[in-house]
Amino acid sequence: MKQKFKLCLQLFLTFMKIGVVTFGGGYAMIPIIENEITDKKGWIDADDLLEVVAISETTPGPIAICSATFIGYKIAGVCGAFAATFGVVLPSFVIIYIISLFLRTFEELQVIKYAFFGIRAGVLALLIKAVVSMFKKAPKNIVAYIIMAASFATVAFFSANVIIVIVSAAVIGLAATLIAKKAGKKL
Amino acid sequence: MSIFLLLFLEFFKMGALTFGGGYAMIPFIEETVLRHGWMTTRELVDFIAVSESTPGAFAVNISTYIGSEVGGFPGAVLSTLGLVLPPFIIIILIAKVYEKFKQSTIVQGAMLGLKSTVVGLIAATVMSVGLEVFFSGGIKTETFLSANFYVSLGIFAAALFLLLYKKLNPILIIVGSAVIGIIFGYTGVISV
Repeated sequence: MKQKFKLCLQLFLTFMKIGVVTFGGGYAMIPIIENEITDKKGWIDADDLLEVVAISETTPGPIAICSATFIGYKIAGVCGAFAATFGVVLPSFVIIYIISLFLRTFEELQVIKYAFFGIRAGVLALLIKAVVSMFKKAPKNIVAYIIMAASFATVAFFSANVIIVIVSAAVIGLAATLIAKKAGKKL
Repeated sequence: MSIFLLLFLEFFKMGALTFGGGYAMIPFIEETVLRHGWMTTRELVDFIAVSESTPGAFAVNISTYIGSEVGGFPGAVLSTLGLVLPPFIIIILIAKVYEKFKQSTIVQGAMLGLKSTVVGLIAATVMSVGLEVFFSGGIKTETFLSANFYVSLGIFAAALFLLLYKKLNPILIIVGSAVIGIIFGYTGVISV
C-alpha cells in the first residue's frame, strides 16, 4: 500500500514536471515523456510509448490527458492514472488562471495592441500548418476527401453544428469501411 | 442552467468528442464560445498565441481561461474538470482491452471519418480567422488600400514559409510577429 502511494506520488511529480516544460502541448509532449518515463524511470519501454500515442489518437480528448491517464494507469492503476493526469494539468491550470486575472487589462496597453496585431497574422500561419499536418495523418482515399470537403463547406459556409459534423463523419467513415469490407474491396 | 453547470457540460462535450487533441479542438471551441458570447474570434486567436507561449496542453489552457473569464475560480476548475473527465474515464475503461479495441472494424471505420473531418474543420477555422485577420473591417476597397492589410499579409506569408519549410518553433513565430507589429505600430505605419 505504502509502495503504491509512493509510486503515485512519483507519477504526480514526474507528470507535473512534464506539464511545466512542454510548450505547445500534445505531440510536443511525447519526446519529453520518452525522456522522463522511458529513459530515466524505465517505467514503460519504447513499444509501450508507441501504444500510448496510438491510444491517445483513437480516444477522444487532449493527447496530453490521454497519455498521462494511460501511462499512470499502466504503472499504478486508477490511483496512478489520477496522479499522472492531475500532475500534467496542474501547472497549466495555475499559470493560465493567473494570466486570466490580468490579460484583459494587459491587452489595453498600446504596445500589446500592436504586438497582437502582428501575432494574429502569425497565428493564422500556425493554424494552416495544423491543417497541413492533420492532412498528412489523415487517410488518403475518396471517402476521406469527401468528408474533408463536406466538413469544411458545412461549417464554413452554413455554420453547421460541429458536434453533428463530427458524429456524422464517424458514422459515414464506419459505413464506408463496412461496405468496402463486405464488397471485399479496399477503400 | 447555472453558469457553472453550463461550463462543465460544454467542456465535457469537447473532451468527449474531439479526437487528435490540440488544434483539432479549435473549431469546436470557436463554435462554443461564439454561441455563448464568451469570446470573440479575435480574442480566441489572441489566446491561441498566449497558450503557445505558456506551458501545457492547449485544450487545458483554454478551458481554464474561458472558465475563469466566465465563472471565476470555480468556473476554471469546473471547465477543466469537464474537459479532462471523458478521456480519463474512457482510457481507464479501454486500457485493458486496447488491442481488441484498436483492431475492431468499428474503431477503424470511425477513425477514417474522424481523422478526415478534423482536416475540414480546422480549414473552416482558418477561413474565419483569416477573415478576422485581413478583413476585420469588412471586405471593401479601402481594406486593400490600407497598410494594415499588407503588414498582416507580409507577416502571414513569412510565418507560413518559416513554419512549413524551415520548421521554425511556433514561439519564435509569435515573438517575431509581435516585434514586427510593435515596430510598424510605433513608426505609425499601421493603426490599431
